[in-house]
Amino acid sequence: MAEEVVLLDFWPSPFAIRVRIALAEKGIQCEYKEEDLRNKSDLLLKMNPIHKKIPVLIHNGKPVCESLIQVQYIDEVWHDKSPLLPSDPYQRAIARFWAHFVDKKIYEIGTKIWTTKGEEQAAAKKEFIESLKLLEGELGDKPYFGGDNLGYVDVALLPFYSWFYAYEKCGNFTIEEECPKLIAWAKRCLQKESVAKSLPDQKKVYGFVLQLKKAFGIE
Amino acid sequence: MAEEVKVFGAWGSPFSRRVELALKIKGVKYEYIEEDVYGNKSPLLLKYNPVHKKIPVFLHNGKPIAESLVIVEYIEETWKGNPILPEDPYEKAMARFWAKFVDEKCLPALWTAGFSPENERAKAAEEACECLKTLESALNGKRFFGGDTVGLVDIAANFIGYWLRLIQEATGHDLLSAEKFPALFKWSDEFVSCSVVKDSLPPRDKLLAFFKARFAGAAQTNASN
Repeated sequence: MAEEVVLLDFWPSPFAIRVRIALAEKGIQCEYKEEDLRNKSDLLLKMNPIHKKIPVLIHNGKPVCESLIQVQYIDEVWHDKSPLLPSDPYQRAIARFWAHFVDKKIYEIGTKIWTTKGEEQAAAKKEFIESLKLLEGELGDKPYFGGDNLGYVDVALLPFYSWFYAYEKCGNFTIEEECPKLIAWAKRCLQKESVAKSLPDQKKVYGFVLQLKKAFGIE
Repeated sequence: MAEEVKVFGAWGSPFSRRVELALKIKGVKYEYIEEDVYGNKSPLLLKYNPVHKKIPVFLHNGKPIAESLVIVEYIEETWKGNPILPEDPYEKAMARFWAKFVDEKCLPALWTAGFSPENERAKAAEEACECLKTLESALNGKRFFGGDTVGLVDIAANFIGYWLRLIQEATGHDLLSAEKFPALFKWSDEFVSCSVVKDSLPPRDKLLAFFKARFAGAAQTNASN
């Protein structure tokens, strides 16, 4: 039976980008359907009735929601090519821990950088850099979080690189100054086709953030 | 080589009890270390979980893991008997989805509804009830979220099965009732009656007293705001 893989997508969403990278790494043919989040499709509302959010991965008509759950699903179903999670249970637990850390720290705090000002923004910037430094520590001397190849944590974190320029402009700081190793890691990953074709242009993301700020009345 | 399995937890924490429950389901012997989380965290805890400095921390032959659901999945993958996750990747993804829903949506909503100030209570209760309603739909006629036996989602929802009832008793506010959520209410009875679950719950009187004190403390703070 022919596999049918559909991704309900939104070009700047870090969560959708994770799934795009995973699908590309595995060489999976997928139909990408771009959603207008101000006008959600009936398909989206039907496939993710609980959260009504993208990304939604639809495999042979059955929906899987939540990006890290989707990446694990992709890894388990298409297990013979480019494994993302390590085979050792302890290493898998460490990978899951750090992916969860990215979810809790990078996304939530990154959002504060472009949505707040003054003291709140300063505190967010500080925590953001501290979190990136912890991730640098976890990377160590490895070329990728996954070791010699892209792994689960790489996929979890990479999409946020597209948002770094926006965070820097809104927060008036440079991430490379504080976390050069992480920037080097991101640029190394971008050499891979699966990453290069999945990550949106940083300046385009910044333009999108400016639009959002205007729409929500954030200075 | 003898296995060394340790759990750093807190007696009242649903999170460390999740880990203990998973170990009991698998029949794994472990050493439990109580941490004084409100007072003085031990140097070992800070060493094994430097990032979050929280319990539970799981130690297997000297190697530490933090985050309760990450630990539970590790336990599932390391000790193969009495599986708590389905084999099928799609069913596994569904279980992970609901476990995440419980952790990130239900628990915070229920906690807020339990201890929020008077003027915010109605809205908080409404949000909490929406979560419970959605969760009940996930049961879909099954005895447990995991089917015939306790699985990942049941373990994640331990707070709802036991802690929530005591919070309701302590605060006098009912969120989960037999009338409003008959299937979920029945599930909570089934859950706490399981022998393996019964053995891994905090003592009732001690936890009830804790919640009564917390509620009184919250009422005082809310009254003086």
